[in-house]
Amino acid sequence: MVHRSLPQIAGLFEQSVSLPTLLDEIPLGLAILDRERRIHLINRTLEALTGYTREEARGISCEFILRSNICLEDCPLRQSKPISEPVGIEGNIVNRDRQKIPVCMTFSPVRDHHGKLVGYLETVQDIRLIRTLSSKSGQTFGFGQIIGRSPEMERIYQILPVIAQSDSSVLITGETGSGKDFVAEAIHQASPRAKDPFIKVNCGALPETLLESELFGHQKGAFTGAAENKPGRFRLAHNGTLYLTEIGDLPLALQVKLLTFLDDRIVYPLGGTRGFQVNVRVIAATHRDLEQMVREGRFREDLLFRLNVVRIRLPALRERGDDVRLLLDHFLQSYAGKLKKPIKGFSARALKALLAYPFPGNVRELKNIVEYALTICQEDHIHTRHLPAYLMDPKTVHDREVRESPTRVNEGVSVLKGDDVSALDWSAVERRMILEAMLKAGGRRSKAAAMLGWGRSTLWRKLKEYGIDA
Amino acid sequence: MNKVLICLHGSDVTPRFDLTTEVLIASIADNGIVQDERTLVLPQASAEKLCHMILTEGVHAIICGGIEDEYYQYLSWKRIHVIDSVIGHCDQVLEHYRGGTLQPGQILKDRGRHAE
Repeated sequence: MVHRSLPQIAGLFEQSVSLPTLLDEIPLGLAILDRERRIHLINRTLEALTGYTREEARGISCEFILRSNICLEDCPLRQSKPISEPVGIEGNIVNRDRQKIPVCMTFSPVRDHHGKLVGYLETVQDIRLIRTLSSKSGQTFGFGQIIGRSPEMERIYQILPVIAQSDSSVLITGETGSGKDFVAEAIHQASPRAKDPFIKVNCGALPETLLESELFGHQKGAFTGAAENKPGRFRLAHNGTLYLTEIGDLPLALQVKLLTFLDDRIVYPLGGTRGFQVNVRVIAATHRDLEQMVREGRFREDLLFRLNVVRIRLPALRERGDDVRLLLDHFLQSYAGKLKKPIKGFSARALKALLAYPFPGNVRELKNIVEYALTICQEDHIHTRHLPAYLMDPKTVHDREVRESPTRVNEGVSVLKGDDVSALDWSAVERRMILEAMLKAGGRRSKAAAMLGWGRSTLWRKLKEYGIDA
Repeated sequence: MNKVLICLHGSDVTPRFDLTTEVLIASIADNGIVQDERTLVLPQASAEKLCHMILTEGVHAIICGGIEDEYYQYLSWKRIHVIDSVIGHCDQVLEHYRGGTLQPGQILKDRGRHAE
């Protein structure tokens, strides 16, 4: 393999400087293309935006790396008449994290001193913040994408701008589906770091070795298959925010490494000897009881103290009173528009059933129920027959009180009968409940979900979370 | 028999699932031989309609470039194996799939003069 030397800029400073290093300091996604629209070089901002490293992107046609709708629908560089002046277009990209991000792109020709076209320069600007601000102007209750006007949420809205302006680590706790991801992103968007990357890492989604390389990066040759240097998410989030979701699932060995980073703000890639100073704000979230995990020796107490500088506890939907009605109307309007259905509202009976339901899957479950009902409904009002069947099961509604108890054990599933509940933690209880429900339902997920009082997507997510291969 | 659908952009895997207007559907026998291969041109690009087609066609796996998480999760939930972020010519990609070596994020494209 041939060693590739980095392109240099000579004559600008006393000594020549590396072009990639210079481009990395620009907080705007940049790609330098050759005449065939193959990528020569991308800067760190574009690496963070697309999820591709510059080594992966090198030599590949830009449409496969940027994955923008502009590339496929209206690429100015593919038109019969070559562009002579810079062109700016708004569009979107889908990055490797499977996020669709609105962007503003410019395309400029690059010519040599004879005026001959030698390549192109593309800039890619993330305009999520601008879109959020413009959509907020018509919204009178909420913060970012969070909606609600209950006193519990009002208290959160009051503290969020203050938290956003500080640079402290934040720990967000709350049940599954309560909106932790939205709060983390809202904090980033309202913070002075909003123009820089917001990088999300799910600590529960990858095995320990992969997660370490994903977070801290690795040097070429650090392990089998490490063919290129990888910067890692911490370095990609430089000057921005790193959001660690499911922090309770972070393996103990990585907890120590994260703790070290929070102390000295230096990232040591796997297999590397040199550390990199990184300016990153850390926001962590979990649905687990970290204090309990500390007592059980599964989470480091000192890491909890470091992360727990600012703590936000998101209330469960059942604690948010009138927000249920507000969210029902909000998602009804939103999906009616998206699905182009002239549905005006809920019938009195449907509304009564929805308001009586405890939503153990919180806002995510409510959203899924409304989407389901709108998809099914062919009339101008949503009736009870358009709602998922488990909602109309009196037992499900009766279970509300049971779910509100600290262990939230669902009576629809009898797994715990005869068991010593106090001896199990919630994850173990939940796992056994799922297994029992799947067994009773003969492996049918819809039926098992109904028995548990969850939406199918909630059950699917939990199956994945607990590694149950059903 | 294993049925695989490749989202196309010309003769390459498309960079965007939601903007796919052409797909290749291949039926692969247990011994790895392609029994049937056909290309379909879709009336319009729509992620929802493509998901519907994938389900009605009884496809086991799909190969695409960028896909939004919503569709990825939906298809995975429907037990369809999604191999995403693949870059390459469809023939080469199908060859790797048949050989069981195709991975999400794999780049099988010639890098031209930029190759090391």
